[in-house]
Amino acid sequence: MSEQNCLVRNEWVCGEYLRTRSQELVDATVQHVGITVASVVIGVLISLPLALLARRRRAFAAPVLGLTTVLYSIPSLAMFSLLLPLFGLSPALVITGLVLYSLTILVRNILAGLQSVPEEATEAARGMGYGPLRLLWEVELPLALPALLAGVRIATVSTVALTTVGAIVDYGGLGTLILGGLDSDFKAQVLTASVLCVALAVLADLLLLGLQRLLTPWTRATRGRGPRPRRRRVAAAAPALPEPEKVA
Amino acid sequence: MNAISGACDWLSTSANWQGEKGVWHRLAEHLYFSGVALGIACLIALPLALWLGHIGRGGALAVNVSNVGRAVPTLAVLVLLTLTPLGRHGDVPTLIALVLFAVPPLLTNAYVGVREVDRSVVEAARGMGMSGGQVFARVELPLAYPLVMTGLRSAAVQVIATATLAAMAGEGGLGRIITAGFNLQDTPQVVAGAVLVAALALVVEGAFVAVGRLCDPMRGRA
Repeated sequence: MSEQNCLVRNEWVCGEYLRTRSQELVDATVQHVGITVASVVIGVLISLPLALLARRRRAFAAPVLGLTTVLYSIPSLAMFSLLLPLFGLSPALVITGLVLYSLTILVRNILAGLQSVPEEATEAARGMGYGPLRLLWEVELPLALPALLAGVRIATVSTVALTTVGAIVDYGGLGTLILGGLDSDFKAQVLTASVLCVALAVLADLLLLGLQRLLTPWTRATRGRGPRPRRRRVAAAAPALPEPEKVA
Repeated sequence: MNAISGACDWLSTSANWQGEKGVWHRLAEHLYFSGVALGIACLIALPLALWLGHIGRGGALAVNVSNVGRAVPTLAVLVLLTLTPLGRHGDVPTLIALVLFAVPPLLTNAYVGVREVDRSVVEAARGMGMSGGQVFARVELPLAYPLVMTGLRSAAVQVIATATLAAMAGEGGLGRIITAGFNLQDTPQVVAGAVLVAALALVVEGAFVAVGRLCDPMRGRA
């Protein structure tokens, strides 16, 4: 009987809510994951050529990095609203906004990864007769992969959190449930959706970490073998600046 | 294009700038929330981070706070705080949420800034007979300054952005113009509000960059 009543008493934690509204939660989670995955995938597809161009031409690098940084400081609610006349109320609106945010992190990380490829490696590959495309695909991209995937992880985690703001146009996944719960003062719905959202971010981060370890086995090869000269040199060369934050 | 000319019309109508729901009032609310929250966040985060950096402990804490902050959805925190008993106290939930989101960039940047100061410079200062406090004030703090200011700038932009979201949780601020526009299905007003919010964020970012350069203790030196 207490289970039935927790909905009536409007408690924060409510088993009855989970049972009766599981379909709603699943639908919102699926929408949330779909929007996040689409945004990050499109973001990677756009930022890879941008980073390659920025590396080749210095004149191109400054405007790309500058513009994406400016976009990054626009509040998410304003970003979605500014895109409203272009897309109307649609998932494309939310995805476009999230892609624009992900570009800042992704372009910087891919660029840093490509620039950290040792000169000797590319020289050796060229000497072996590698053309530019094969050099990129077989030497440079694999060596840039750790930095690239680190960027994807950061972009994914912040995108999961930012997707909730899409609730303003009804395409915020779990955020739609959170906002709906506020309007109807429905505590169990707000808490459950919030917890699911954080769990989703943590899960995505762990999955990508696993992928990173699978794809870059050589980064672990030196572990536990006394001094690690390579790691130390990379650490010294890497910029100490923390990643920019994006939570709103 | 219709929406853009409509937004221009909305912005040039003086009635939209006056009164309780006008732009000036919302702007004042926005700056009040942001200023108070940023001040409190600085009082909490900066002394702690600078001290931790000076003694060289707590690095994992300073860096992880930032990573955890990224995974927490701002909107969820705002709504959760509004629904708790705190929600009856008007501005309190918004201010708490804003402080919560301003602390990570301040903490991480200030800590990393002090830690990244060249150890040989610190050793040299000690060798010259400087006390711990002197090393901190004359060597570590001036050299950490750029990163501390970067943190302050990200925190300010973060707070401005989060104060926009407070409108979705029913509080005031410039975001309210956007949410009201959505409720009225008035696209020009939504776009006008978004332009105002975006402009404010960019102006604040620019102002912090300018102030940071002007006050740089290393300015004019090698």
